[in-house]
Amino acid sequence: MTTIAYREAVQRALREEMRRDPAVFLFGEDVAEAGGVFKATKGLLEEFGPTRVFDTPISESAIVGAAVGAAMMGMRPVVEVMFADFTTIAMDAIVNSAAKARFLSGGEFSAPMVVRMSYGAGARWGAQHTQSVEAWLMNVPGLTIVMPSTPYDVVGLLKSAIRSPDPVVVLENKQLYGKKEDVPDEEFFVPIGKAAVRRPGQDVTIVATGYMVDRALSAADALAAGGHSAEVIDARSVLPLDVETIVGSVTRTGRLVVVHEAPVFGGFGAEVAAAVGAQAFGYLAAPIERLGGAWSPIPFGQVLIDEYLPSEQDIVQAAQRAISA
Amino acid sequence: MLLTRAYEDRAQELWSKGLVVESLHGSQGQEAIGVGVCYGLRPDDVIIPSLRTRAAFLVRGVSVRQFLSGMLGKATGAAKGKATAHHMGSKDAGILLGSALVGSSIPVAAGAALAFKMRDEDRVSVCFFGDGATERGDFHEGLNLAGVMKLPAVFVIENNLYAEFTPISKHFAGTSLAARAEGYGFPGVTVDGNDVLAVYDAMSEAVARARAGEGPTLLECMTYRQRGHSSSHPPTEGRDPAEVESWLKRDPILLFKAELAHRGLLGGGALALIDASVAEEIEDAVRFAVDSPLPDPAELYRDVYAPAETSEAAR
Repeated sequence: MTTIAYREAVQRALREEMRRDPAVFLFGEDVAEAGGVFKATKGLLEEFGPTRVFDTPISESAIVGAAVGAAMMGMRPVVEVMFADFTTIAMDAIVNSAAKARFLSGGEFSAPMVVRMSYGAGARWGAQHTQSVEAWLMNVPGLTIVMPSTPYDVVGLLKSAIRSPDPVVVLENKQLYGKKEDVPDEEFFVPIGKAAVRRPGQDVTIVATGYMVDRALSAADALAAGGHSAEVIDARSVLPLDVETIVGSVTRTGRLVVVHEAPVFGGFGAEVAAAVGAQAFGYLAAPIERLGGAWSPIPFGQVLIDEYLPSEQDIVQAAQRAISA
Repeated sequence: MLLTRAYEDRAQELWSKGLVVESLHGSQGQEAIGVGVCYGLRPDDVIIPSLRTRAAFLVRGVSVRQFLSGMLGKATGAAKGKATAHHMGSKDAGILLGSALVGSSIPVAAGAALAFKMRDEDRVSVCFFGDGATERGDFHEGLNLAGVMKLPAVFVIENNLYAEFTPISKHFAGTSLAARAEGYGFPGVTVDGNDVLAVYDAMSEAVARARAGEGPTLLECMTYRQRGHSSSHPPTEGRDPAEVESWLKRDPILLFKAELAHRGLLGGGALALIDASVAEEIEDAVRFAVDSPLPDPAELYRDVYAPAETSEAAR
């Protein structure tokens, strides 16, 4: 076992896959010389050279579009959209070119590629560098979307994403880049489409993504101190969604809280709530609680950010409402 | 060129009868570009045609049968009935999947060129698009990336003077689209897009540059859209009749026939033989397309993702 940070997990996954497969390569804004704005790709230029790791102009549409063309020609590109908010610029390439490549060619072509992007609020990055964009992309057939919350999952999910035969968006939470964890030294994978039960419990199910998993775990500690046992599920993959694990948990606990960073309306939580409502309605002992970012653009100053994001206390209170209903 | 022209005219008839279900974006008048460019390529090069590069599909080997079946929405057509023929891809013919968003194919073509360069292959990637697409951000982003990385690509503008209904004077304030290449650090060349031999010559130079590792070329082919934007629109409504007349006199097929006659290459009833063979190929394709089955509704759910076994094997 070795202790590595979340950002080092990105480096490890890329390094392992680039050593294995010469078709895997990395490009984007400042990913090479600078090692990425969060240092998540540090050291890769030195090991693999400027042909396989290179910087591009500030052109998100061309970065993702070029990845589609290279992927259709047999390469396995990994591109970085520095901040997930910049997805807006690359949206056409992701939605109209990458996600539809297999379908519109009747399977003759495909776009096996990975789009990594940093997302998430918490630090003072402002309204256009902090959004959680999973819900923008969840409505696109052909895409796969993962949101690792631990260094282990970054390694395992990013490696699975690189080997996927179809385009995968990997959402890396920027609050977590420094988070450390012991991971095995031998090669491992995390399958796409499988949630992780981070903490077993009986009284309430809390489903969370990314940075909110940590807050849900802290909330579970607080709930335990008050005599309540919360089961915390890390969705890990939002598309496809592991409905089975979530529904299985709710059939035991009878209560559900969903927590994510994006606004509640039209968010990931709505899809989880709908799945549980459809498949576990008879087991629900309380209304489903959904927590997400406030219905406002993401603010700059810390006081407002703290107001924006669901807090540990918000999660505790939502769980208590569900338990006492 | 004759095959493409005959195809377009016949497809328009079939559209009028309701048999062609795809809205047609006719390429009449622009055939020399796809022909001249594609004859300058090797089979292992790749292209992405525009919505009006019909000739390129046929030159590269997509059958009239398959292309027309696609326009009828049949299971034997593009993507087994799931995609429009206009933007279809064909692995065998070296045609990458295009996009119905004009200009969006430009970065994709650059990406194919990137793959060739990375693997040290001397293949070339070609992207066709109209003058309207040069106003998209993807034109700038794609050409800039290709220029910075010296990619083996040729960007072909089919400048037919209209972006849908808007004349070029209302969407471009400069005097030359080719001149934009200077800003990206590679040559821009303007050529008579109705002269198939001139297109071929210019393309051959651009391809030689690309294969030699000297980077991209922007090739602006001046031409004229003889029809409306699509089959739903009157051919030349709202245009100056003198403009239409002068361009019809410079029809690419007329020009090439005159050139061949001038060189004494049309003896022995050659044209009649070609016309007969074209007519036979088209009518065979019409019968094939009409007789072909519609897609099974279950086809909708295929090719959204790789089959599950492929995904598992990849892990």
